[in-house]
Amino acid sequence: MSDAKRTPLYDFNVAHGGRMVDFAGWEMPVQYASIVEEHKATRAAAGLFDVSHMGEATLEGPDAESFLNSVLTNDVSGMDDGKALYSLMCHPNGGVVDDLLVYRKREGSYLLCLNASNVDKDIAWLETESKGFDVSLVDVSDSYALLALQGPKSFQILGAISSVDLSGLDYYRFVEGEIAGVACIISRTGYTGEVGVELFVASERGEELAETLLEAGLPHGLVLAGLGARDSLRLEAGYSLYGHEIDDVVGPVEANLMWTVSLKKEGDFIGKAAILSKKQNGPEKKIVFFKTGGRRIARPGTDIVISGQKVGTVVSGTFSPILNEAIGAALVDASAAKSDELAVELRGKSYPVARTRPPFLPLNPQA
Amino acid sequence: MSIPADLKYTKDHEWLKLLDGDEALIGITDFAQNSLGDITFVEVPEVGDSFDAGDSFGVVESVKAASDLYMPVDAEVVEVNEALEDSPESVNTSPYDEGWIMKIKVKDPASLSELLDAAAYEEIAKD
Repeated sequence: MSDAKRTPLYDFNVAHGGRMVDFAGWEMPVQYASIVEEHKATRAAAGLFDVSHMGEATLEGPDAESFLNSVLTNDVSGMDDGKALYSLMCHPNGGVVDDLLVYRKREGSYLLCLNASNVDKDIAWLETESKGFDVSLVDVSDSYALLALQGPKSFQILGAISSVDLSGLDYYRFVEGEIAGVACIISRTGYTGEVGVELFVASERGEELAETLLEAGLPHGLVLAGLGARDSLRLEAGYSLYGHEIDDVVGPVEANLMWTVSLKKEGDFIGKAAILSKKQNGPEKKIVFFKTGGRRIARPGTDIVISGQKVGTVVSGTFSPILNEAIGAALVDASAAKSDELAVELRGKSYPVARTRPPFLPLNPQA
Repeated sequence: MSIPADLKYTKDHEWLKLLDGDEALIGITDFAQNSLGDITFVEVPEVGDSFDAGDSFGVVESVKAASDLYMPVDAEVVEVNEALEDSPESVNTSPYDEGWIMKIKVKDPASLSELLDAAAYEEIAKD
């Protein structure tokens, strides 16, 4: 833990009882009181998450748009100012360098939000691939704290303290404004499947903003929520997590993320040929989501079997506090991806699992 | 951190409460439940199964991790706490009472002297 980095909210997290663990090289709160209670409170009211470990980079220059379109799978050409877009950044083999959010601030000026574990890899990748493009890339990860306020009460909490009217802020759009006098980028995005925002704020004002939100949110049932609840919430929502559902090898065709790939956009992009070929010929493996019907969690690395024969491996597994059963995702042989005979082997016993199309419960983050 | 003075403990963070005769209740300590976090599943053996001291007899699973349970002494399983099947969170909320895991019949009462008392366990549960 000694080498792990601390977010600008480290003291806040410790003061509020956060149980700190090493995650992707950061000392992060896995929970404050109870993962299950934090999860339920986020679905019922609101949860406040410190996600400052996420990386940020600015990309500016006359070629910013064409460069992004050459290196990302999604199409940034249709973005207007204030638009956010989810995309993959792929290797030539169709595997994923990272999944990220692109924010268009104005023409030729973008903010990228990157996975903590991939920041160094992403920056190196973007530096290399941008040769020949007139762009400048700056890693600004240390400049920002990032807070996620998620849950049905999010906008009620923000309403009284936001300088800008957020009622017209659509899903995957952002504005710059002040929350209780603290300047932020207010982005209508999230990783829980709930209504909510992500707030980019100057590092040195992160704790002040967190305290303000906590105070404003308590009467509405807001709780502080850690990485444990963040993971169970995202898995219930069926969102991919880098290193689990996607990685350097497993890409959009396997992971049902073709909606993030624009095959129609102008020009080539890295990974396009491989993705096209995999789409046409069919991938060797597929990601499937499943429910176990029981309370025992099938953890990552667990074998997926059909009649005792291994056909895949669990990549994510947790307990759904809403469904009261264990849920998960697995990478399985394509031939087994539609089977109704899938089972997990746990401590020598075989448990049948039910394939499920996510989300695992009705969610509407756009509401 | 609660460590009741009238119980016996193991270095594996389990407690044992001697009942009348040679029967005893066992469970996991407040320290153990707190370390594990939200408990979602407890696997227990069948009534009538016998185990030697140190044998793994079951599993406590939380959202974060799975942890083996080890038999404190040579014993036979007399009863299991069936309520944990639907409410394993009792182990979090009431580790020494409602969250008991099973009742055992101790084979050699003299073996109980090898268990830790509350003061000795407190030293182990410090960090």
